Amino acid sequence: MASTYLALLIGFALAAYFAGARRAVALSAGNPASLHSRPAYHGFYAAILATAPGFAVLIGWWLFGGRVLDRIVGARFQVLLSAMSGPQQQAFIRDARNLAGGIVYGEPTPEKEAAAALYRSLFASTDIVLGLILAALAALGLVLALRTITARRRTRHFVERFVRGVLIACSVVAILTTIGIVLSLIFESLRFFQKVPFLDFLFGTHWSPQSAFVGAGGDGEIDAGVFGAVPLFAGTLLITLIAMLVATPIGLLAAIYLSDYASSKFRAVAKPVLEILAGVPTVVYGFFAALSVAPVIRRLGDGMGLSVSSESALAAGLVMGIMIIPFVSSLSDDIINSVPQALRDGSAGLGATKSETIRKVVLPAALPGIVSAMLLAVSRAVGELAAFALGLVLFCMTLALNVIALGVVARYRERYD
Amino acid sequence: MSNPDMAEPITPPAGHVAEEAADDSVAPVATVGETDPAPAADSHPVKIRSRNVDVFYGDKQALFDLGIDIRARMVTALIGPSGCGKSTYIRCLNRMNDTIEIARVSGLIELDGQDIYSPDIDVVELRARVGIVFQKPNPFPKSIFENVAYGPRIHGLAAGKTDLEEIVVTSLTRAGLFEEVKDRLEDPGTGLSGGQQQRLCIARAIAVSPEVILMDEPCSALDPIATARVEELIDDLRKNYTIVIVTHSMQQAARVSQRTAMFHLGYLVEEGQTDAIFTNPTDKRTRDYITGRYG
Repeated sequence: MASTYLALLIGFALAAYFAGARRAVALSAGNPASLHSRPAYHGFYAAILATAPGFAVLIGWWLFGGRVLDRIVGARFQVLLSAMSGPQQQAFIRDARNLAGGIVYGEPTPEKEAAAALYRSLFASTDIVLGLILAALAALGLVLALRTITARRRTRHFVERFVRGVLIACSVVAILTTIGIVLSLIFESLRFFQKVPFLDFLFGTHWSPQSAFVGAGGDGEIDAGVFGAVPLFAGTLLITLIAMLVATPIGLLAAIYLSDYASSKFRAVAKPVLEILAGVPTVVYGFFAALSVAPVIRRLGDGMGLSVSSESALAAGLVMGIMIIPFVSSLSDDIINSVPQALRDGSAGLGATKSETIRKVVLPAALPGIVSAMLLAVSRAVGELAAFALGLVLFCMTLALNVIALGVVARYRERYD
Repeated sequence: MSNPDMAEPITPPAGHVAEEAADDSVAPVATVGETDPAPAADSHPVKIRSRNVDVFYGDKQALFDLGIDIRARMVTALIGPSGCGKSTYIRCLNRMNDTIEIARVSGLIELDGQDIYSPDIDVVELRARVGIVFQKPNPFPKSIFENVAYGPRIHGLAAGKTDLEEIVVTSLTRAGLFEEVKDRLEDPGTGLSGGQQQRLCIARAIAVSPEVILMDEPCSALDPIATARVEELIDDLRKNYTIVIVTHSMQQAARVSQRTAMFHLGYLVEEGQTDAIFTNPTDKRTRDYITGRYG
């Protein structure tokens, strides 16, 4: 029902827009210059007044409405629920809600049927109430808008302020989400470190978390000795190092070729193709590493008389390196391209060859940017290896790398723009 | 300036009359202020000879059948309205147009009698002989010292560290910059003021001891004081170098150059003694341009 309301609101917004615009045109009496704002702004003004409160109510209902209903149902069945454990209560509420929505799992108990019936009646009545509220808000808003539109009404300012408000709201959502992720990471990690001593985690050398839990369900005893992160970090660092050893030269040289040597036609084709590599999902690379690269490396190792495990860091590092090549080359290409042509001309005008120009002028000028591209690539590589309770530490590492990278980028901007 | 031909009456040959002449050394364009180029050729021989030069950018032709002689140890000013091909021509002289993918140059351009577009010519050597200073100062993001040392280093002109330092100091002195920067040679060249940056670029060009210095509106990004300094410098440099300067300022052309060439819509309109061009142009377009009627 809510989606129907959404569609109706959008339709109503359109109608309000045209009503407002027409009202403004009518008020101008054939002289557009007499209007303070263009008719379109009056239209947006009417549309915003008529539907923005409705949209806000609708979004609020989507975010919090379900919980309100759960509370009501929970209060009605309090006697029954108080006898249950936490997860059982949640399961009961969930099953009842699903039942009301027509999704049946197994054999519902009579209590669940009763709760579902309550849900159904609540759904029906809230739909009606919601519809009435939305209709009232829309009608009031439109009347208010048409009443207040005059030729000199500063609707342009109103619309601009509204747009700014929407933009702020969107960025607030992004920021709050990030803060939420960080907070949940911190709290989960704190819980983890209550059970596993921090130093044991950081300097322990035994890592096999899957053997830590005695039984499923989480409340059993935890063996703190198996959360030593050293092997994991060592592995991560080793793989990252191998990956950078692969990706840095190949990516950088490819970027130099693309930006300074390739014809514009070749570049137009090759750059998107290279960027497609960046779009290949990580899991595909993982398959590639496990099925194709690792056996080849093992065979090569055997050929040289060395025994190489099929899960070697070498295979993982190589593939990870290939994975971040497009990342490195695409970023570096952009940075190299942003070195002013005037510097290249200046160097060429002194009789420097192309490779001299690139080595002695272009690359030094682009170096800060290239370093930050490499750091971003490393942070992506580390991020791909992120796992489980290591999240916080890895998060801090990538955060630090990103901060460094951004700092370098900022300095780069100051110097060459 | 003390050319005896200056007082000579002006002979205005129409169009490409000189092309019919058997003597190929005569510029195939209306030549103002001198009927006989021989006296000038003695002390100022032809350094760069261009004949039938056409330049295309893709399908668009930017220069048409250009013929001009650039004389040694003189300042030749190229004037004309924007888009008339001055910069295009100057960029032909050290093959900077090579760096533009769609540019195509045909015709003959000789430096000391040697075709610079022939396959035997090494562009790197050519550009060491024909230096260029651009409109916008473009010092490298390196120290002042490194900026000047760049050219000598890549060409291996300095035998050792002291030799290199000498070249840098000499070049900066000649460019009139040394006194201002002698205490901060290790500071970044990008930190200098616009006029100092441009003189740094000139010093950078001098450091490889070129024979010709091309200047593409070297003062258009500078204030009048910095402009005056650069102009003084140009006047000083012409004792040792052949200079070709593109300028939009009539006063600048009159002040610094001995010869002036007027371009219009990709054609060379006329070329000759600067005084003669400015006091008594043969072509109406030149007259209109220098009196500010268009352009």
